[in-house]
Amino acid sequence: MALSFEKYLRTQKMPHIWCPGCGHGIVTQAIIRAIDELGLNTEKIAIVSGIGCSSRAPGYLNFDTLHTTHGRAIAFATGIKMARPELKVIVITGDGDAAAIGGNHLIHAARRNIGLTVVCFDNNIYGMTSGQYSPLTPVGSFASTAPYGMLERPFDLCELVVGAGGTFAARSTTYHARHLVNVIKEALTHNGFSFVDALSQCPTYYGRRNKLRTPLDMMNWFRDHAVPVSTWEKMPPEEREGKFPIGVIKKVDAPEFSEVYSGLIEKVRERGDE
Amino acid sequence: MRKEFRLAGEGGQGLITAAIILAEACAEHTDLNAVQTQSYGPESRGGASRADVIIADEDIDYPEIKRPEALLVMAQEASDLYVPGVADGGTVIVDTTYVKSVPAVNARIIRYPISEKARELGREIVANMVALGLLVGVTKVVPEDAVVAAIVDRVPRGTEDLNKKAFYAGIEAAKELQSREEGD
Amino acid sequence: MKDAGPKLLQGNEACVEGAIAAGLKFFAGYPITPSTEIAELCALRLPKVGGKFLQMEDEIASMAAVCGASLAGLKSMTATSGPGFSLKQENIGFAVEAEIPCVIVNVQRVGPSTGMPTSPAQGDVLQARWGTHGDHEMVVLCPSSVLEAYTLTVEAFNISETLRTPVILLMDEVVGHLREKVVLPSPQELVVKDRELPAGAKEAYKPYAADQGRIKGVPPLARFGDGYKFHVTGLTHGEDGFPTNSPKVGEKQIVRIWEKIHSRRKELSRVEMLYPEDAEVFVYAYGSTARSAKRAVKEARAQGIRACLIRAMTLWPFIEDVLSDVKKKHPKAVIVPEMNLGQMVRPVKRVIGDACPVIPLNKVAGQLIEPEEILAAIKEAV
Repeated sequence: MALSFEKYLRTQKMPHIWCPGCGHGIVTQAIIRAIDELGLNTEKIAIVSGIGCSSRAPGYLNFDTLHTTHGRAIAFATGIKMARPELKVIVITGDGDAAAIGGNHLIHAARRNIGLTVVCFDNNIYGMTSGQYSPLTPVGSFASTAPYGMLERPFDLCELVVGAGGTFAARSTTYHARHLVNVIKEALTHNGFSFVDALSQCPTYYGRRNKLRTPLDMMNWFRDHAVPVSTWEKMPPEEREGKFPIGVIKKVDAPEFSEVYSGLIEKVRERGDE
Repeated sequence: MRKEFRLAGEGGQGLITAAIILAEACAEHTDLNAVQTQSYGPESRGGASRADVIIADEDIDYPEIKRPEALLVMAQEASDLYVPGVADGGTVIVDTTYVKSVPAVNARIIRYPISEKARELGREIVANMVALGLLVGVTKVVPEDAVVAAIVDRVPRGTEDLNKKAFYAGIEAAKELQSREEGD
Repeated sequence: MKDAGPKLLQGNEACVEGAIAAGLKFFAGYPITPSTEIAELCALRLPKVGGKFLQMEDEIASMAAVCGASLAGLKSMTATSGPGFSLKQENIGFAVEAEIPCVIVNVQRVGPSTGMPTSPAQGDVLQARWGTHGDHEMVVLCPSSVLEAYTLTVEAFNISETLRTPVILLMDEVVGHLREKVVLPSPQELVVKDRELPAGAKEAYKPYAADQGRIKGVPPLARFGDGYKFHVTGLTHGEDGFPTNSPKVGEKQIVRIWEKIHSRRKELSRVEMLYPEDAEVFVYAYGSTARSAKRAVKEARAQGIRACLIRAMTLWPFIEDVLSDVKKKHPKAVIVPEMNLGQMVRPVKRVIGDACPVIPLNKVAGQLIEPEEILAAIKEAV
């Protein structure tokens, strides 16, 4: 049965600001689908974002929504989760927001294992400010601030989160739309910090400069370079060159931080040494 | 009445704790007013340490010390630095365990091997309480039992007896020194 | 903490006790001298009262987490000093724009930059007012004593909750680290105010519609997770909370959040006047400097000089009315001692104008200005 999106959207706030062909609508609908398929209580979900094209998504979503400052969504979300651990707190962020200006909050939220689901709309470019390079821009790609090609090496965001002690990291793309819904569902049901690197296309500021002129070219690039993580693990390094794994890259259980803190309160109050 | 006290030595000698206890004794167990301040250096152990207490029966507006009426020095550097600033006719209590020379000033100098006495009692860490006993015994600024009550509130559980013993050792020493002075 | 009766408390400790008495339930911070005792005591005390403490990864995150927790309904606070205060400014601006109640404590030390971490200064009084960008009012309270570190923290929460605005408690190192005898007000004596929650249909809730609540110009604030499904943004927004491109709607919102504080300048003004009746020389002072000023004014009186202390506990909004009254008394001089190179002297001068000399007395040596220095200035003025 077709999903009725209206219940989840603030349709009166449409049309959205995204360019034609932008992948962010696909990621946004994947989040809605995941929420719908899991049957989550929409009154008990808070969606938090930073600054950038992706961070405008919460404005269109009919939940408690918070559009914060650049890079700081995870830190704001941490306050919400601590205040009301019973809420599902979803962070919508971009690659510049999460990996550059907000990189510190990303790794520390992962380390703390606080129960946030972070979905990074990763189009490897700063779209809102018209196409500057981000920490995810591949070496050699062109951007308005990399007119001779990108010189810096990019992050692998899932590896970064895993390296920081993250208990859940997954990747998918706008081409793999159904797969994307599934990994977001897994992320939302993970008890602890969960991170989804959702590759999205920016035809306007990335594609045009990098010989991927149409949105379709960009999505086909995702199709041709993504490898299921089970296959990836068996691949020798030379075959991995230029490809990237999709799927759940890491999932382990560890105590969720807001629960750990609630446990502390109980313990301290039982002891009653006011 | 406004009386200014300075306790100076090295970090780790417990002088800030002693100053807090003195101020707490006045504030929480008498009608006197009290203010306590300290100089903060970047180091937690070693280095110069200084804690000040002002005791008054009136409002204490300006919270800092100019020329202390009573000064305790438990390190040579502290003696060199602070003894010249003592008020004329004031009192300097010197821990002779560590302080070998005291600059000449117009003040009463009381010498006692404070840290050595603490070692004898069991642990040098209670030298601050021996010093506090001397300070209170000599100046009589606050009743002994008020200080004992403050000690019990402040020191770690299980160490109350040793700390009280050290404090009383200081009180006794003050009595002895004074009777000796009177006998002179 | 011990029960009623006099106690010896440190300024930073009193601030925490005041915050807890006011209903603090969430603290996020980052260690920085000379405010660290506030974080340490919150870490110890908050879980005992069912509250939460978080040491965040940096100053920016602390301010962000405070905003998040407040939106989810908890009274929230952070504490810092100069360098950290600078880092927090963007998110303080977010709290202004999004009208999120919270309290920010800045225990001032000498700047610029790392400056003198353990020495007092009052160099952040203009930053507290104007540190975040854009047009806004700011409520800044400034204690001179340990007792006021307690009472003004309670006030800071009350103002913040009722006006839906961040409030800055601007201490200095002397007040923060001073231990002093205090008798705290009993819980029965204490007035504690809570933010107004919305009434009426959830679907009709407009988080920025000022006519929906009891307090003029202040919209009630729903909690995240209560089903209101509302939007909060740092973008200029309309009454529904959504970004607007309408110049008219945008300006209306900016003016309203300014006006809600500006129109209440008088009721926000906390001032102690010592010997105002027949005075001819006035001293405007605040924070720990006001203690030296009080000593100096008392001494001047003892010497037959008709001096008056204007001790400001509210730095911002500026106590314009009080200074206007002073101006009418034909003063010979207004002396403004500050541990900075002359910051509050400017607004004082703006009100006093040419009525009499406004004399700055400044020190940035990391030392308290001494009563004798202020007394000398008083004597010179008469």
